[in-house]
Amino acid sequence: MDNPVQPLEAGVFEEINTGKWGMVIDQDLCTGCQACVAACAMENNLSFVGEEDLAYGRAMHWIRIERFWNGQYPEVNTEFQPVLCQQCGHAPCEPVCPVYASVHSPSEDVNLQVYNRCVGTRYCANNCPYQARVFNWRDWQRPEPLNNQFNPDVTVRQRGVMEKCTFCIQRIHHVEDKAKSENREIQDGEMVPACAQACPADAIIFGRIDDPNSRVSKAARNNRGFKLLEDLGTLPRVSYLKGGSPHGRNS
Amino acid sequence: MAVTANAVSRPYQEEEQEDPREHLMFDPKPRGEMNGMVMESMHTTNWKFWVVTILLTVVVVTCLFGAWGYMIAKGLGVAGVNRPAYWGIFLTNVVFWIGISHAGTFISALLRVMKVEIRRPFTRAAELMTTFGLVQAGLSVFMHLGRVWRSYWLFPYPNQRTIWPDFHSPLMWDFMAINTYLLASTMYLFLPLLPDLAMARDRSTGWRKNVYRILSLGFRGTEGEWKNLHSAMNIFAFAIIPVMFSVHTIVAWDFAMATRPGWASSVFGPYFVIGALHSGIGAVLLVLFVIRSTMKHMKYFLRPEHFDFLGKLSLIISFTWAYFFFNDYLVPWYGGDKWEKLLLDFHEHGPLAWVWMTMLICNIVIPWAILWNKKWRRKPWLMGIIGFVINIGMWIERYVIIPISLTITRMPFTWRIYKPGIEIPLTIGTFALFMLLYMLASRLIPLIPVWEVQEGQEAHTLRKVGKATIPAVSEID
Repeated sequence: MDNPVQPLEAGVFEEINTGKWGMVIDQDLCTGCQACVAACAMENNLSFVGEEDLAYGRAMHWIRIERFWNGQYPEVNTEFQPVLCQQCGHAPCEPVCPVYASVHSPSEDVNLQVYNRCVGTRYCANNCPYQARVFNWRDWQRPEPLNNQFNPDVTVRQRGVMEKCTFCIQRIHHVEDKAKSENREIQDGEMVPACAQACPADAIIFGRIDDPNSRVSKAARNNRGFKLLEDLGTLPRVSYLKGGSPHGRNS
Repeated sequence: MAVTANAVSRPYQEEEQEDPREHLMFDPKPRGEMNGMVMESMHTTNWKFWVVTILLTVVVVTCLFGAWGYMIAKGLGVAGVNRPAYWGIFLTNVVFWIGISHAGTFISALLRVMKVEIRRPFTRAAELMTTFGLVQAGLSVFMHLGRVWRSYWLFPYPNQRTIWPDFHSPLMWDFMAINTYLLASTMYLFLPLLPDLAMARDRSTGWRKNVYRILSLGFRGTEGEWKNLHSAMNIFAFAIIPVMFSVHTIVAWDFAMATRPGWASSVFGPYFVIGALHSGIGAVLLVLFVIRSTMKHMKYFLRPEHFDFLGKLSLIISFTWAYFFFNDYLVPWYGGDKWEKLLLDFHEHGPLAWVWMTMLICNIVIPWAILWNKKWRRKPWLMGIIGFVINIGMWIERYVIIPISLTITRMPFTWRIYKPGIEIPLTIGTFALFMLLYMLASRLIPLIPVWEVQEGQEAHTLRKVGKATIPAVSEID
């Protein structure tokens, strides 16, 4: 179980080592509009840190759009790469926590942070090769009217604890409960995290990766697929697609 | 044709006979007088002492406890830590203070086990440094935590949540190792202190007598007590050496176990141990210089020969540190990993390259340029400065390893340079607390192990062999 086997195609999820939920992000479709960032912040009660802290690297975004310029002006080409917690199957953040605050959830098979167990050693964030974790450096004030739009399904976090993307686990539970009460399986496309829901270009696909016929599994098999920092053997649950025309859906 | 005869070598000169009385061991004083000197050095204070004490107290109260309280109330945002430098000066201080605490044990235990006679007058000063250095390291660990009011969760104690700490985490090993070392080194400080506390008890009155009577555990100096004390010290001296080596190796594992470029290095264990000794011996030099120039009668006990010896030791350690540094540089450079290469470039040519250069100057260039010279090694003030410079260099070394190396991550979009914030007053506060504790302890604890000096002086004799006088040591054990 422990040996990170190389996948057949770069983007394909490892069937044995990967869990239930996965994501595919099509970089060729991403316009860098930041709608996912805003949607994530609203869904998950993220703090608004203000200009100064944001510029100093204290943004509380669970998903960020990395923008890269390729080439020299005027022959310049912009590339956007949304980065979020990759929900590693072999996560470097998990074993380093001394108080079991960074754990692997057996039922959803995602990597979770238990906020009220965290003492803030920040070792997990150091050890995350994707820099996907964010820390509550302060208790930030929420400016009006943002203080009126907390999501009741998500905990608010105190200063001094680490947090990160959960694959919108509150939505996963909601969908699971609904399917269970209606005595059926969860359908493909039924569970949509906030970022995917907000994406106007449909660049983020979410779904079951243990189902080879789901939309996300099919997209991962695309020959444009790759994973971030694959050589580290972290077995990410997020695949990226890149390599077509920089302006469109043709690959 | 004139024939000139040149001497092939300089004419034989008789080497200048050194006065054996220059050595402490061959300059004995009667026991009563020596005890009195040490007691007097503890009791004598002048207005300068109290001014410095009050100043340090003010600094500790404002910079350490005041600033820390403010940080706890406001969150770590008032410090300079950010993404990607999640660890900053607090961890730099932890590693630095643990490094300082190493020399105490190294000098005291290792030299005692090896029966290095010159150690005798300065073991106590070094051991005290260990204990007080560890206090600062422990405080810095707690400063670093995001929620320090939950820090007791790091202790393995039975609790209602039924959660045990995760022993997979290097931080947990580190936490255990520091605790073990603190306990062991405090006991190791206490054991050789017993006879001196008993001596102080017999020579003081009033509240001091009561304090010493309790601390000296009724030590009367009988044959049996000495025998037990010697075997206890022997056991501790041998046992604490592996503890000392393991502690700093484990501290190094905090970094070496991580996936970061520049950290995942298998040489970090021994590299950190040598770095600890480098800064620790530098600190001993500095402390001995300060003690010698401020406390009464210390010029008798702490002599140029001791600075000379520690200077030689420092030079050897500096060579070794340079070797390990080279090793830690060469392997990633030769390996050619993309991220490691970016990191090395950032160290050498980045905006903070001057920090990296200062480290090399303080740790290698200055010690090598000065410590080879015996005349310079015998100047206490110069050795004090060297100790200070080495400590600056070694602090910077930890700074380079922690916040500067953290700048380079595998996600270039997140690169950002760390700027210290409230860490600066807090760092000043830990240094002030160290000095304050040391100064107060110097009023209560004999900084010179008198019995050890006396034992050494008994063992050293001058023997006449023909016309020559030969210094000789007899083994006491």
